Amino acid sequence: MRRPRRSALPGFGLTLGLTLTWLSLIVLIPLAALVLRPWELGAAGVWQSLTDPRVLAALRLSFGAAALAAAINLPFGLLIAWVMTRYRFPGRRLADALIDMPLALPTAVAGISLTALFAPKGWIGALLVPLGVKVAYTPLGVLVALVFVGLPFVVRTLEPVMLDLPAEAEEAAATLGATRLQTLCRVVLPALAPSLLTGFAAALARGVGEYGSVIFIAGNMPMVSEIAPLLIVIRLEQFDYAGAAALGLAMLLLSFLLLLALNRGQHRLARHLA
Amino acid sequence: MTGVAVTLRGLTKRFGNAAALDDLHLAIAAGEFVALLGPSGSGKTTLLRVLAGLEFAETGTIEIGGRSMHDVPARKRRIGFVFQHYALFRHMTVARNVAFGLEVMPRRDRPQPAAIRARAQELLEFMEIGGLADRYPDQISGGQRQRVALARALAIEPTLLLLDEPFGALDAKVRKNLRIWLRGLHDRMGLTSLFVTHDQAEALEMADRVAVLRAGRIEQVDTPDRLYAEPANAFVHEFLGESIRFDGAVSDGAVRFPLLPGVMLPTRCAAGPAVALLRPHEIGLRPGGGPAVVESVHAFGPLCRVRLRLADRVIEVLLPEGTSPPAPGAACGLDLSAARIYPESPRAGS
Repeated sequence: MRRPRRSALPGFGLTLGLTLTWLSLIVLIPLAALVLRPWELGAAGVWQSLTDPRVLAALRLSFGAAALAAAINLPFGLLIAWVMTRYRFPGRRLADALIDMPLALPTAVAGISLTALFAPKGWIGALLVPLGVKVAYTPLGVLVALVFVGLPFVVRTLEPVMLDLPAEAEEAAATLGATRLQTLCRVVLPALAPSLLTGFAAALARGVGEYGSVIFIAGNMPMVSEIAPLLIVIRLEQFDYAGAAALGLAMLLLSFLLLLALNRGQHRLARHLA
Repeated sequence: MTGVAVTLRGLTKRFGNAAALDDLHLAIAAGEFVALLGPSGSGKTTLLRVLAGLEFAETGTIEIGGRSMHDVPARKRRIGFVFQHYALFRHMTVARNVAFGLEVMPRRDRPQPAAIRARAQELLEFMEIGGLADRYPDQISGGQRQRVALARALAIEPTLLLLDEPFGALDAKVRKNLRIWLRGLHDRMGLTSLFVTHDQAEALEMADRVAVLRAGRIEQVDTPDRLYAEPANAFVHEFLGESIRFDGAVSDGAVRFPLLPGVMLPTRCAAGPAVALLRPHEIGLRPGGGPAVVESVHAFGPLCRVRLRLADRVIEVLLPEGTSPPAPGAACGLDLSAARIYPESPRAGS
């Protein structure tokens, strides 16, 4: 007779069952559809659909701009999180609420406001024209929109970790003769590194999938400022469902590999910080 | 490395309305091992942090090795600071933690990387934890972390070592061993050390002198035996060891007690409220009637502990070896002639 395995925590069977059912309904089944659909075109058809120069340009822009925007958000998000957790100042609560605005604002509203600001006649756009910098309706516009939507992800990932960061470690560094810069580089940043990477990954993932705010400011010129999610919508509108699914699958695989790599990096960094 | 003398004059620091340090004066000789003892909130840790330059007093001066520390930032004071919770750098190995103080030195003073590594290893060997060099702080025990924190603080060859409740987070047995070891370390290295504790046994066992703090002021600084035998005031008497208190009043050069009619002790205290304080072994019993009634007698080994009821309170006295214990229920008088009499002051801890 086999003895049932016993555990002190009850409910394993029930909770795991529900978890799997829910994950299947919400994530796995839609993903499976996405994986199966493109093959209507045949392997060669999928390949051809994905190696279209317009598709490659769109993927390059989506992933490139998202990575760059996340990288830009890293130092500024770090600074904001630092100020929000270290100091008490008038208007702090207001600033705290503002950080979440990019999350709460309908992305289309964000896109339209950014466009109005950065258009050649907008408040900021008008200032940039004499410098020869065009933001709206260029890839730079895509970057601006992605920086906007990605910021809260970096700030909100760092804040709890910074609150937990013991001030004593910094004080210890000071008594050992470290300058402020040395303390920052050798003590504070390494302790934050895993969270910085997590925040980067979250902002990147958000940027890759971002649609609403980008399409208004990007101008959507094929080969120049057209993002991959928009190309999917265009294919859907042309009833090219398999082609849309092929592009979706490509994005899925790329994102998955990217996040997997970032996750592994994060684990390596966090190994010794239980 | 050689320890230096430390002189503190008139240090005052407030947090809001509460004074953490209140016109504090303290002089520590080179090579001395001094304990700061006091109830929580008495300003011990604040004093240590002000010395290290992590916090700043509003008034007063700090001299370390004859040099004023005004305008000297923490990183230039060369003070070894051991934090209560060690404050090790968790993302660095033990060896890197110890080497930190050397690695951040200005380039012209900094030893070669190989020399730094050798020095860190040497310090770890000295702390008897040479085998832990490549571990991370989360992978070693509390007592080992304490030693790493010490090694890290000593790496910069400090002239003054400050320890904030160094054994607070350790279990009793490890504590006892580390105490002896730390005192030996201090003597071998010729350091000047100042350490904070709220454990009086720790302070009295380890230190050359103990400074008793209350509400940001030093009540008494003395050697452990003098501190116990000759407390400067009622607070010190009650804070150190067991202490039995009788409230009374002084008039005409003698103190009288409402609880003990007929008892009168001569004193030089000014007229007014006063307290008489005694250790349990200093109270004598006078058989043959009196205000105290023997409740119980516990004799074990050389000691004889007698519980007495006196009006509405219970006091315990220790009778010297060889005295015959009274019978339970007997009434007796108290001999308070060994009492120390102080002007009225609030109770310890209140």
